[in-house]
Amino acid sequence: MALTTFAWLVLLFPLLGTVTIALGHPRLPGRSAGWLATAAIFLSFLFSLATLISLLSRDPTHRQVTSSLWSYDFTAGLDARMQILVDPLSVFMILVVSGVSTLIHLYSVSYMWQDQGYRRYFSYLNYFVFSMLLLVLAGNFILLIVGWAFVGAASYLLISFWYRRTTATRAGLKAFVINVVGDVGLVLGTFFLFRHTGTVGFLKTFHSVHHVFHTNSTDLVAACLLLLVGAFAKSAQFPLHTWLPDAMEGPTPVSALIHAATMVTAGVYLIARMHPLFELAPTAADVGAAIGGFTMVLAATIALVMTDIKRVIAYSTMSQIGYMIMGVSAGAYAAGLFHLMTHAFFKALLFMAAGSIIGAMAGAQSLDRMGGFRKALPFTFACFVIGGLALSGLPPFSGWFSKDDILAFLDHRGGGFLALGIIGYAGAFLTALYTFRMIFRAFFGHAVYEATELEQGHLAHADVPRNPLTGEEEDNDVGFPGPGHFIAEREFPMKLAMGTLAVLATVGGLVQIPGVDSAVERFLEPAFADSRFAHTQVSTGAAWVGLLIGALVAVVGIAIAYRIWVGSPGIAVRARERLAAVYQFLSHRWYVDDVIDLLIVRPALWFGRLVDFVLERVVIGGVVTGGPLGVVRAGSVAVRRVQTGYLRYYAAAMVICMSGIAAYFLVAST
Amino acid sequence: MAIGWYLAVSAIIFCIGAGGVMARRNPLTILLCLELMLNGANLALMAFARMWGGEDGQVFALIVMVVAASEVVVGLGLIVALYRRRLPVDVDELSELHG
Repeated sequence: MALTTFAWLVLLFPLLGTVTIALGHPRLPGRSAGWLATAAIFLSFLFSLATLISLLSRDPTHRQVTSSLWSYDFTAGLDARMQILVDPLSVFMILVVSGVSTLIHLYSVSYMWQDQGYRRYFSYLNYFVFSMLLLVLAGNFILLIVGWAFVGAASYLLISFWYRRTTATRAGLKAFVINVVGDVGLVLGTFFLFRHTGTVGFLKTFHSVHHVFHTNSTDLVAACLLLLVGAFAKSAQFPLHTWLPDAMEGPTPVSALIHAATMVTAGVYLIARMHPLFELAPTAADVGAAIGGFTMVLAATIALVMTDIKRVIAYSTMSQIGYMIMGVSAGAYAAGLFHLMTHAFFKALLFMAAGSIIGAMAGAQSLDRMGGFRKALPFTFACFVIGGLALSGLPPFSGWFSKDDILAFLDHRGGGFLALGIIGYAGAFLTALYTFRMIFRAFFGHAVYEATELEQGHLAHADVPRNPLTGEEEDNDVGFPGPGHFIAEREFPMKLAMGTLAVLATVGGLVQIPGVDSAVERFLEPAFADSRFAHTQVSTGAAWVGLLIGALVAVVGIAIAYRIWVGSPGIAVRARERLAAVYQFLSHRWYVDDVIDLLIVRPALWFGRLVDFVLERVVIGGVVTGGPLGVVRAGSVAVRRVQTGYLRYYAAAMVICMSGIAAYFLVAST
Repeated sequence: MAIGWYLAVSAIIFCIGAGGVMARRNPLTILLCLELMLNGANLALMAFARMWGGEDGQVFALIVMVVAASEVVVGLGLIVALYRRRLPVDVDELSELHG
């Protein structure tokens, strides 16, 4: 079969899965829906591998293939096709997406079992994977926008999955609204480009972009900034990042899949895909890099003080995506995507391990309540530590190679990028600190009741299920989490998924070691062959210096974390008291939510109420609809009065009228 | 004889009928008065037919009689129905369809 046939099949299986589960849900007993969904994504992964093999058998200069099934419309020069682009970049993305998705589906088979929405969950999850694959395989802007909006919708559905939880539905709405801001940016950016290039196909756009734009032309910079708005909203970058921590209201595997491994990295993919545009608009690319760096620091500092375990990992995700955005905006495409891949491994692993702890805590998510789970959850502990070490960038785990790959490139470009690179190392220090704060608080120290009970073999179950955020009482029916709590220690599918990811998070970095091999970079080379930075090579020595600095920073961070949270636990409390102002600032998440509320949400609400009172009630209700209504009503009152109901009046009226008509004709005829 | 006399009689009969329809309250009497109006019109038709020596007017008068007969059937049926449902046999009382 041809290369593109494989790629179409990659798209087909998740779609089939979602339709089958959605339509056949009453006839899917037990865990069959979960296994069906997992099988669909696994088939998709197998065909992604087939696509990879078939792509590698081609000549490196012929590795960009488009294929279209049908044309939706051809009008005014706009050729809207159902078209995919298969090139190393999209194949790289479908491999990461379908591979990690398979494992997360597998984990969910256990984790979501006993939830009343089991089948609905898997239908949504398959729909998400389909949308994400559509997004990365899209061969033109139209299909990209479709995929972009689809993943936003899937994210909304899955954040609000427990739809009777008020906090979850509000979080879903917030995510959807902010994502729509990004969608608008993407659509407007596409219009800007279409106006000049006259095409929506990626390859045609990239070919013509050099002829129609000169470097940093205003329209191109505007278009790129609008694309960046889309990327920032999807990838949770400042100031459109506030939805991601709230998105943790969704089930934990959803956080692992959508809000860590795949969807939130779509912004990185977008910038990498649009690299010919961004290289012609260096101003926009610099803005992207600067905001990526800023978000990286912002999120890392907030992660230091959050107590909700999932929110710590969410801020960590934001911070790591900041690295990737910095990388791809600066031109380190292979490094940025390499970090995307390793991040997908270790961050999904961390979320899965966090889900296992939350299961052991009977739904509680606060780090304040956790402690001493090291003995009770040995497997989860091992996975969490592997994920944490990879995230902190300790050798030889995967994050060490990928993060320092980005930072080495930034240092190599020099100037402002050197400053970003140094900030990157500072961020790496914070990363090690908050990661091991989480590990030391959850797994070390005094064992909590749930941990000691679990060591005796009893899994905790709350007397009354509660919302982990607000403490409200809940039940176990549909729309709330199910009664069962699952931990990796006892569930084979969860163990398998986490074990596989732990191996990948450990060895995933070995595919690209400076001076030894560079599999990712060589594979992606054809996609970025036209880049200005295609031949910008960091020397092996400089790369190793970067790696050593990164490792040193991580070790220092972990050591300090050990001193604060294990060595002498009083330090954290004293530091919080002494730096009360800083703590306030961080625990209010830099007041970004409050500023957005003050500048956008409140004025919008206020304006809405004003429009309601003035325009809706007075102008529309009073004048526009009230005027004609009054005329009709007065007229009908007059006509009603004539209808007395007395026969004699009607007869008299007829006689008088007919006599009048007769008299008229008599007068007129004489 | 001049046609004027026929028309005068016809007009008088018609006016008596119309006055009855407007003035009376018993539906039966109203029906009778309606018949008077129709016959007034018939008389005028016959008079004109005689004046022109054609038969068109006579045909019209016959058709009017047929229509009148049908109308009486419906009208009487309604009155019987009124009696059956013990409704007041008074057109002024039956004024529920006012606006």
